[in-house]
Amino acid sequence: MSEFLQQLVNGVTWGSVYALIALGYTMVYGILRLINFAHGDVYMLGAFFGLYAARWMGAARDPNIAQALAVLAIAMAGCGVVGYVIERFAYKPVRRSSRLAALITAIGVSLLLENGGILLFGADPKFFPQIIAPKNLALGGGVTISNQQIIILVVSLGLMLGLRFIVLNTRVGKAMRAVSHSHTAAALMGISVDRIISFTFVLGSVLAAAAGVLVALQNPKIEPLMGIMPGLKAFVAAVLGGIGNIPGAVLGGLVMGIAEVMVVGYLSPTYRDAIAFVLLIVILLVRPAGILGKATAEKV
Amino acid sequence: MKQAAWLIGVLALLLVADLALRRVLSPYLLQIVVLCGINVVLAVSLNLINGFTGQFSIGHAGFMALGAYGSAMFSLHLGAGWVSKLQGLGLPQPIAAAPALLMALLVGGLLAALAGYLVGLPSLRLRGDYLAIVTLGFGEIIRVLILNIDVIGGARGLPGIPGWANVFWVGVGVAAVLAVARNLAHSSHGRALFAIRDDEVAAEALGVDTTSYKVLAFVIGAFFAGVAGGLFAHFLSYLNPNSFTFIKSIEVIAMVVLGGMGSISGSVLAAIVLTLLPELLRPVKEYRMVIYSLMLIVLMITRPQGLLGTREITLSWLRRRRAVREAA
Repeated sequence: MSEFLQQLVNGVTWGSVYALIALGYTMVYGILRLINFAHGDVYMLGAFFGLYAARWMGAARDPNIAQALAVLAIAMAGCGVVGYVIERFAYKPVRRSSRLAALITAIGVSLLLENGGILLFGADPKFFPQIIAPKNLALGGGVTISNQQIIILVVSLGLMLGLRFIVLNTRVGKAMRAVSHSHTAAALMGISVDRIISFTFVLGSVLAAAAGVLVALQNPKIEPLMGIMPGLKAFVAAVLGGIGNIPGAVLGGLVMGIAEVMVVGYLSPTYRDAIAFVLLIVILLVRPAGILGKATAEKV
Repeated sequence: MKQAAWLIGVLALLLVADLALRRVLSPYLLQIVVLCGINVVLAVSLNLINGFTGQFSIGHAGFMALGAYGSAMFSLHLGAGWVSKLQGLGLPQPIAAAPALLMALLVGGLLAALAGYLVGLPSLRLRGDYLAIVTLGFGEIIRVLILNIDVIGGARGLPGIPGWANVFWVGVGVAAVLAVARNLAHSSHGRALFAIRDDEVAAEALGVDTTSYKVLAFVIGAFFAGVAGGLFAHFLSYLNPNSFTFIKSIEVIAMVVLGGMGSISGSVLAAIVLTLLPELLRPVKEYRMVIYSLMLIVLMITRPQGLLGTREITLSWLRRRRAVREAA
């Protein structure tokens, strides 16, 4: 039992990271119907921005919360800019073309970020400095949780609540929902669709950057190709929950994180990468629109 | 009669090409020629699914992997025995290897086609992006399974596959996929596929059996991807699960989209261009992949319909072009 609970704690921690990345996918998909393949690479950039920010501030010499938060903020701001630039210069020009052309562009951006990353940062893994001293806490019943896991959970929960507030309670959030419903109608109501799309990209990239830094806290080995697998899986998580649906992305991320950790714990670590996709296929066959998604009828 | 003449002509041409290229080209260049051919088979076969039918499949590397490993296992356990028996009868090696290789390619193709059928079935319920993600998941599951099956080498890879494939056999694969794609495009079945691509709901309303056509496209496309995998295995003599990642699927999609969805000659052209491009960029090796990805983005921005759109380069089209030019 205690082993199961321990796995559950680890699974929820991983799942919240997947959920943070999945939110970016789901928001962009909800607004543009575009699978932003470069999103996983923005997550990778987040980890690297965090690394350079931490080195620049010398955060590892005297770890404290304020500096860790500053590192997080710098990474998030950096990726926000990257997200804006990607949208402006790669996706905007193909917005009126076919969806496939947009998808290939996204793949091109993804390859560009990966190979550009190899060029800039080097292909070999870098070590993320310890900006928080690791500590283990006993939760009772033989279950332990590290302070890094607590930070991951608290920060991601905070960001998700923040996103929920933005989407549901602010003017720009209302505009986002309107644009996702219909670009034309939103434009007729005086909403600047272009600005809302840019904002969505920036928001998604900021969340991915946070996920990158949080993962780097726990697994300090970072490299330019680290975004591919988590990116794919977070996307799968978004589809699992019902793509375009924000609570669905969080749910999908959690389901995926828990499923993965359980497979590693009880079956074999080698099947870790397959379980996500098996789960996906099973759920899509039962509920073709995802767990929380609504089925839409196709019109002639 | 005319078809038989065509067949013999093409085979003779390939034989000459094989003998000539082997003397003229260095092993490196020969390998690039063969890889171009294999990529042409892959691109045209994916075009049957993505370009003809408009179903978005992003797991083509999975079909290729199944074909590669299936045919390699056949050759290792059965085919090699056949060949040595035939050679014992006094037949020269290239001729003795032909039936075994043909059988191996067939086994790989059929294995992939079976998987194509299984992947095509969910398309009854799933559309667009959801189907794409299922195919992606399928490709990844195949890769992870290969990594975990010890009999076929797992992560170490599978060495010692007989190297029977050459320019001739790859040429046969290319000719076969081109013939099938071309005949399909000009048949009523092909029209049905195009109708599904252009508007699935309308096609269904007109009485096109959309589900069976969609599955058919998957089966044929997967079959040729499997054949391409078999050729790949028998040319390199070594297989590694890392050759069949998501990135490989993406490369093939890039070829189809770049060439123009539904254009067979476009796929051929783009497959050759995108195989040569990374090789030509080798002198600037650190920047190679960066330039490649930038070119992909720029091409998509400037020519989103692909190089050829849905047009085809055909002999009559070229003749008409020349006639126009001479008249001017």
